[in-house]
Amino acid sequence: MSNARARADVVICGLGWAGSVMAEELTRAGLNVVAIERGAWRDTSTDFPPAVDADELRWTTRREMLQPMSVETTTFRNRLDQQAAPVRSWSAFQYGWNVGGAGAHWAGMSWRFTPWDFQVATQTRERYGAAKMKGLQLQDWGVTYDDMAPYYDRFERIAGTSGIAGNINGKIMPGGNPFEGPRSREYPTPPLKDTHWMRTFRDASTRTGHHPFTIPAGNISQSFVNPLGVTMGPCTYCGFCDFHGCGNFSKSSPQACILPALMRRPNFTLLTETEVLHAVKHDDGKTVKGVKFITKEGVEGFQPADVVCITAYQMDNVRLMLLSKVGEQYDPVTGRGTIGRNYNYQTCSTVTGFFDDNYMNPFIGGGALAVQIDDFNGDNFDHADLDFIGGAGIMGYSTNGRPIQNADTVRPGTRRWGSEWKAAYARDYQQSGGIFCQGTSMPVREAYLDLDPTYKDRHGQPLLRLTFDWNRNDTKMLDYVTDRAVRIMKEAGGQDIIVENQGEHSWNPYKQHSSHTIGGAVMGADPTTSAVNPFLQSWDAHNLFVVGASAFPNNGGYNPTITVGALAIRAARAIHETYFKNPGALVKG
Amino acid sequence: MTNLKAIATGTALLAGVAAIGAGWAAWRTFDTSRSNVADDTVALADYKSTDVQAVRRGEYVMRLADCAACHKADFAGGYKIDTPFGSLTTSNITPDRQTGIGAMTERGFFNAVRQGIGSHGLLYPAMPYTAYTRLSDKDVHDLWSYMATLAPVSQAIDENAGMKFPYNIRLAMAGWDLLFFDNKHFQADREQSAEWNRGKYLTDGPAHCGTCHTPRNMLGGERSSAYLQGGLLGTWYAPDITPNPHTGIGSWSADALTAYLKTGSDDVAVAAGPMAEAVEHSFQYYSTDDLQAIGTYLKSLAPSPAMPGTPMKLDSHAQAAGALAYEVNCSACHGLQGEGIKGMVTAFAGNQRMLADDPTNLLHALLMGTRAPHTEQRQTAAGMPSFAWKMSDREVADILDYIRNSWGNAAPAVSPEHVAGMRAALGARSKLKTP
Repeated sequence: MSNARARADVVICGLGWAGSVMAEELTRAGLNVVAIERGAWRDTSTDFPPAVDADELRWTTRREMLQPMSVETTTFRNRLDQQAAPVRSWSAFQYGWNVGGAGAHWAGMSWRFTPWDFQVATQTRERYGAAKMKGLQLQDWGVTYDDMAPYYDRFERIAGTSGIAGNINGKIMPGGNPFEGPRSREYPTPPLKDTHWMRTFRDASTRTGHHPFTIPAGNISQSFVNPLGVTMGPCTYCGFCDFHGCGNFSKSSPQACILPALMRRPNFTLLTETEVLHAVKHDDGKTVKGVKFITKEGVEGFQPADVVCITAYQMDNVRLMLLSKVGEQYDPVTGRGTIGRNYNYQTCSTVTGFFDDNYMNPFIGGGALAVQIDDFNGDNFDHADLDFIGGAGIMGYSTNGRPIQNADTVRPGTRRWGSEWKAAYARDYQQSGGIFCQGTSMPVREAYLDLDPTYKDRHGQPLLRLTFDWNRNDTKMLDYVTDRAVRIMKEAGGQDIIVENQGEHSWNPYKQHSSHTIGGAVMGADPTTSAVNPFLQSWDAHNLFVVGASAFPNNGGYNPTITVGALAIRAARAIHETYFKNPGALVKG
Repeated sequence: MTNLKAIATGTALLAGVAAIGAGWAAWRTFDTSRSNVADDTVALADYKSTDVQAVRRGEYVMRLADCAACHKADFAGGYKIDTPFGSLTTSNITPDRQTGIGAMTERGFFNAVRQGIGSHGLLYPAMPYTAYTRLSDKDVHDLWSYMATLAPVSQAIDENAGMKFPYNIRLAMAGWDLLFFDNKHFQADREQSAEWNRGKYLTDGPAHCGTCHTPRNMLGGERSSAYLQGGLLGTWYAPDITPNPHTGIGSWSADALTAYLKTGSDDVAVAAGPMAEAVEHSFQYYSTDDLQAIGTYLKSLAPSPAMPGTPMKLDSHAQAAGALAYEVNCSACHGLQGEGIKGMVTAFAGNQRMLADDPTNLLHALLMGTRAPHTEQRQTAAGMPSFAWKMSDREVADILDYIRNSWGNAAPAVSPEHVAGMRAALGARSKLKTP
């Protein structure tokens, strides 16, 4: 292999959130780290200054920050008996295409999962009996919320999260989310302010007897110096957040929070526009010796390392495991194998209402600017008489007022062209309010990932194949929660209500609003049903760690980012505190 | 710091060529007897210091004098300095015998650092030996001990290959040295405290503050009558650092100066341009005591005689238009009330340094963008983007007038012609044409 490089202690494959927090933790511990990133260098001050970061056509419509599907795509089918075809355009997956990964273009919703999410199998069995799990491939994560709490806290401090605590050490706090797991202290900065629509939603959901709170946001409410000594600037509520970079150092991102410190460390090296092709196993097959990569110019190389961390997008994590031939491919017929198992998405709906003579001023926005109730999320309500488990957060959001994106949000029955549309849009831009239901997703046997037998990428490696459709548990959950959201919309005074329930049609990669895709290399305490152990260490190669939402065995009713970040910090701590002193399996299988 | 060096070197060369014909020899200027305290037998490549403390102190002297800024982090040189007379390339000062200074003795090192007499001839005054000449024997010896510990790097540099004739003749520097080089040790003032003397030593010696902050005469020599009263470096302005309350550091405490030099910000202003480089590469490594000493010394100087210019009067139309332009373009980072972001983004309200008669630095930052220093205590190193593509000369002048005359600020008007001149000098782009 040409272009062989000097050995590193750790090689990081993908410098998004997971890669960045791990590289920060590992270099601070004195390890020599090389990060390899497929995308280009991107920097807050020079790539996203405030003067250009609000360009909706460039960033939202044309999605210039995202990886083009011509570079790599996935093939897709709903069922095993179908022929999968490559996805040519995209809305379901939003791969990063730069240093910072998807962490540069995300919205900033910074949720911890509930304690229940980590122990779905155990808690469902205990509360409702094993019959409730029928048809679902439920399994615990091998970590509990209490195990995760310190790492959540660390990530929130690095990312600079705004919010209001609902539960500090078991004490329920006024104004916060009473259903959340206990936190050790308040958020780094106070919650963002309400818009008119958020206040309307807050009042309505209070009247219906629920518990509204301002959601935790990676959009900082006031200037803040994080534990790495990096300063973040206050959010201006500009409303150009997701799909955009943030020029104000206000949105939590590797660029704003970590890279300024990390890039100056002498024991950190970054290779950009360089793609990891796969990890390379030692001859005995029990460990890996590094990764094979290819540069932008098409030159292949090898990076030797004592530890390999795969920290790419969830789909690419699974693909890299399969291309590296570590672990056994999951088989949906026999249920054997672990790589590709428990793939899942996020079960969502939206409810839009219109308010005569109201001025919502949606140009005041933030990627994570919203009020939510969690009364119908997770297992926060009794499912004994319901034919599903799980739930969804119900959120009144003010995430953006982007003029192109919202051009279709007009009262039902309006013509979509001409002067009628123009007049309607001028009116309805101000008068609409939106509720988003973001739900849990439970694993089933038939949903999985493998390598496509036909289609290959530009380097001749097989594409990943996705086999997925909504399952009945999740669509029943969504119907139930969406109905609750409609009731709140009516209470708020919304009229001409439009309901968009994703579960009413077969899953389709062109028609999704979420990019929250999970599983495929899931964590757990049982090597027969998980690819990685509770420290995200491969059961099949002890110096390989696979870090990302690929490790989630089921999806919570929340955005995945800070759970990914907390898992990444936990894995990095285990690597430098334990693994390097005594290389081997951190957990007995 | 390229600009500063370009100007210094350019004017210096011109002066040198002019003076060479003068013909009067000053024995004093080239008397190297000061270097006789140093050994003249052992070459750097063979020198091994057994004094660990001397090596450690020598590294600190290297930081004080900011050697790495020009000679680069590995000291192998190769940093290009453009001048109107061609380009200079910084030399390799690693202990490599062939391409570095490995064959130089300690005495030769003293001659080079303190008197600009190098192994291939006279140095160009882009190397600030005019200030380093004040360095003590002990500091230069310690620096020598440190240099001996560096890894030799084989990299041949032809320092003046890029210079045009006749500026490529090193002997031309002799004339300039005769006029402007004061070959003298630092003279302590026994009337003053040890801290004050340390401050003066650092200011005039290793920190070489006057190289930028003292204005220069037509021949490129520092005007001692206007010592540290502010110097124009082409497209940056090194402000008055005497205790003048309007143009200088009169309103700064020694603590604020220390914080600014150590971290890049005193919580109001954030260093930018060449000063950001000086903070990032040099001042952040100074001990707090040494920074306090510099503050004590500067605060003791006689204030410059500069008076504030006559403030302009913003009419109500300009006031309203300025407020809108400010909100659209500036407020996201600098705050709705010009409050900035502590330690990260410069505040405008109550920031005396925004109000200097000479708006060169503001124009430079607006037209080209600039960047805060990265320091151990302030990691962000946020950037100011360029607005050249977005604003006409008139719009740049208007927004600066608004900023300099709001929130209690008062300053003279900025002329669109001044903006145009800076745009041309910087090679900044024009405002985008919109249909």
